[in-house]
Amino acid sequence: AYKRFSELLPKEERENAFSARVPKSQILTLPELRANPFQHRICRVFSTSETRDDSMSFEDFLDMLSVFSDSATLDIKSHYAFRIFDFDDDGTLDREDLEQLVNCLTGQGEESQLSSAEMEQLIHNILEESDIDKDGTINLAEFQHVVSRSPDFARCAGLPR
Amino acid sequence: SSASLQILASMPSRTIGRNLGAIISQYCNRTAQLRRRSIRPPLQQLCRMARPSLRQYNLETDSSRATLEEKRRLLVMELLSLSPSQCSHMLLTMPISLAEKRILRQQVSGQRAPLRQRARHWNPFSLCGWSKVCVVLVSTEAVRAPVQAAAPLLSSFSSPQGCRGLWYRLLSLLRTAQPWHYALKQIGGRFGSSVLSYFLFLKILLMLNFFSFFILLAFVVVPQAVYPPASASPQPFTGLELLTGAGCFTHSVLYYGYYSNVTLNDPCTSSPQGSVCPLEAPLLPYNLPLAYLFSVGVSFLVTCILLVYSVSRSFRRSVGSSPGDLAIKVFCAWDFKVIQRSSVKLQCENICTELKELLVEQRSRSRSQSRCQCLGHCIVVLLAWALALGAALGCVLAVHYFSQHMHMVKDSGRWQQEAILLVLPLVVSLFNALMPHLYNLLAMWEKQDSPVTQVYVAVFRNLILKMMVLILLCYQWLSRSVTCSTEECWETCVGQDLYRFMVMDFIFTLLDTLFGELIWRLILEKRLKTKQRPEFDIARNVLELIYGQTLTWLGVLFAPLLPAVQMLKLLLLFYIKKTSLMRNCQSPSKPWQASRMNTLFVTLLCFPSFLCAAAFLSYTIWSVQPSETCGPFHGLETIYQSGKSWVLVLEKSSPNITWFASVYQYLLENTCLLFFMSTALIVMIYLNIQVVTGRRRVICLLQEQIAKEGEDKAFLIQKLHSVYEQGHR
Repeated sequence: AYKRFSELLPKEERENAFSARVPKSQILTLPELRANPFQHRICRVFSTSETRDDSMSFEDFLDMLSVFSDSATLDIKSHYAFRIFDFDDDGTLDREDLEQLVNCLTGQGEESQLSSAEMEQLIHNILEESDIDKDGTINLAEFQHVVSRSPDFARCAGLPR
Repeated sequence: SSASLQILASMPSRTIGRNLGAIISQYCNRTAQLRRRSIRPPLQQLCRMARPSLRQYNLETDSSRATLEEKRRLLVMELLSLSPSQCSHMLLTMPISLAEKRILRQQVSGQRAPLRQRARHWNPFSLCGWSKVCVVLVSTEAVRAPVQAAAPLLSSFSSPQGCRGLWYRLLSLLRTAQPWHYALKQIGGRFGSSVLSYFLFLKILLMLNFFSFFILLAFVVVPQAVYPPASASPQPFTGLELLTGAGCFTHSVLYYGYYSNVTLNDPCTSSPQGSVCPLEAPLLPYNLPLAYLFSVGVSFLVTCILLVYSVSRSFRRSVGSSPGDLAIKVFCAWDFKVIQRSSVKLQCENICTELKELLVEQRSRSRSQSRCQCLGHCIVVLLAWALALGAALGCVLAVHYFSQHMHMVKDSGRWQQEAILLVLPLVVSLFNALMPHLYNLLAMWEKQDSPVTQVYVAVFRNLILKMMVLILLCYQWLSRSVTCSTEECWETCVGQDLYRFMVMDFIFTLLDTLFGELIWRLILEKRLKTKQRPEFDIARNVLELIYGQTLTWLGVLFAPLLPAVQMLKLLLLFYIKKTSLMRNCQSPSKPWQASRMNTLFVTLLCFPSFLCAAAFLSYTIWSVQPSETCGPFHGLETIYQSGKSWVLVLEKSSPNITWFASVYQYLLENTCLLFFMSTALIVMIYLNIQVVTGRRRVICLLQEQIAKEGEDKAFLIQKLHSVYEQGHR
């Protein structure tokens, strides 16, 4: 991991790799994140920079790897998945978050996006199935409850390292 | 208003994801529960995950009042009360950043050994401390291969806990030393978890075969090879033996007929007839027939245990998820393992198609189908099933008449004799290869509603065909009415037949890969000029694997080295399939629930396949008379008799262990025990079902309660808002 991280830094900063921060543009060149539609969210969630420029230090990098590894528990994975899916960072998944999530999943092309009627139906069904306290949003507990019922989540939410 | 919105935004249910203090206090509660060791905590003490419930106002762990430092202190206190391994496990499962975990671990270990003299000052920015913590925290969180890269770098800073670091490095090496580790990651990265499940299944089969092979090799093959019996002069080796298993292979360790029925290395047998047995101590006599019987029995038992264990494990993982949940589909659909751009694009398209299909299905379900349409659909389904079963029956009859005809034709030349032996396996493999395509056509005509049902239906039809053919062949072998009727050593003949079936199955799989994938891709590219590539048909390939494994299990008694042949076959298959997959195929377009299908395949391996093989084996051992002239059991009435007579001999020789003989008698020959065991099993299943029903009811009640609390919350917010408005006016 240290090797991978230091490769992302320019030559002169490599000795100080433990305290240097890698800018977001460099992180996005990693093969695992290059084509991922959630790349920006992943950088935002794992970055601890005060200036909110989504740069990552070695610690953040290790955080990211440990969460996506195969032996991270379902708790941890679902916790971070919730934060990644929460596009407006307000702590819950409301209708706009869900809409953005579905658009990310289905891709950017014109023909692969759902029509607005289908989107409405989909979001309505999702909220009906997972919103237990009926407040119109999905909070962390409800998300974890939904995800714990799916055995595929732990298998899929792991980067191939 | 903005004030109430601010209050809403800072509610614990919304901030728990980001607020470090909230997470810490949540885990503090969990640790406290762990300490109190309540497996099922009473309903009043459910940990406060996300609801500001006023009833559980606990002053000690009140998250709204305590500061971050206090909460950390509380958590550290709770962690100290756990054992070190539990403590590290708890730390591992906490969703906070590495820096925070480091601080907590520091505090815990600092408080655990206050008297220990610290040789080095703890400087979190020194490389030394960094390396120790990183190796401990990161490698146990299993970033395996990268740690291997980092380890040489960090090993120069030898820490006092050097052996611990060594242990973690060993663990990471072990993980990457698993066979085909990189190949499987490559496949998963390009094709996703569904195609990966086929290769994992192959790995499971390889492991099962390895155990059987090892047991048989150690206890049967090697002793016989060390003391070879006096046999006829060996025939010269021609290449055809690899295909037919006959010729010079007939009198080799490969088949049953080679094994002798005497006790090896026994000084009594080497003395001349009629004289008294010398009274010197025997040098390790080895009763080969008994070893043969018991090794086969033990390998089957080991296989059974491993299979039941993997069935229960995968069943536990996949049960309880209902198929149509859209929420699950949306949240869990994204496979992060896929990293290639084209595969990502394909995955997006797949997800889109899947969602659209599900939505259409829901809409059509809500729209009630007219009676006529329902009836029409039912008739079509019944017809399709009737056709499928009729086709299977037709195949079976064809195989039967063909084999009868074959053995009536007795040609003279040796070449023709050998060729005739191969025709029946060829015909069976041909049917196995062509019928799935017919079933696909039927499925297209049938047009089932959900694609998952389609897959299940296809799998079951293919399975029924294969099982029917195998049952017919078993009947033919055991009754010896058609095959091996003229042979003296019919067990060797049956073993050879099974060997031929396996080899032919392998050849047909190769041809199928060649034609189905390589040549089809070339046709699509060059002739039809489409970008589409053939898909990897997972269900069909897995069924072929199951079929091959059934053949191995059927033949273990007659050809002890058959698991070795199967292992070789699986190894070659892995590399061939992988190469073909990488070059020729595209990701599957049908939706695939990997874990469900895995459960299905392992269950199919266990139930029809293994059970039939075990039944066949039991019948052979219990009731069939072994041949008179060859093999370890010749001269006995049944194979089982050797075991029985051994027990009698044991009883006679040392009267102290009559209990063993009586246990043997009561366990294996009494049917009461079986009856009792099945009753106990049924009672256990019933109890578990009742527990599950009860739990479901509790879940319903709790969900209602949560909904009511949500209503309370909305009501309070409204009231607050109106009071605020009134105050402002």
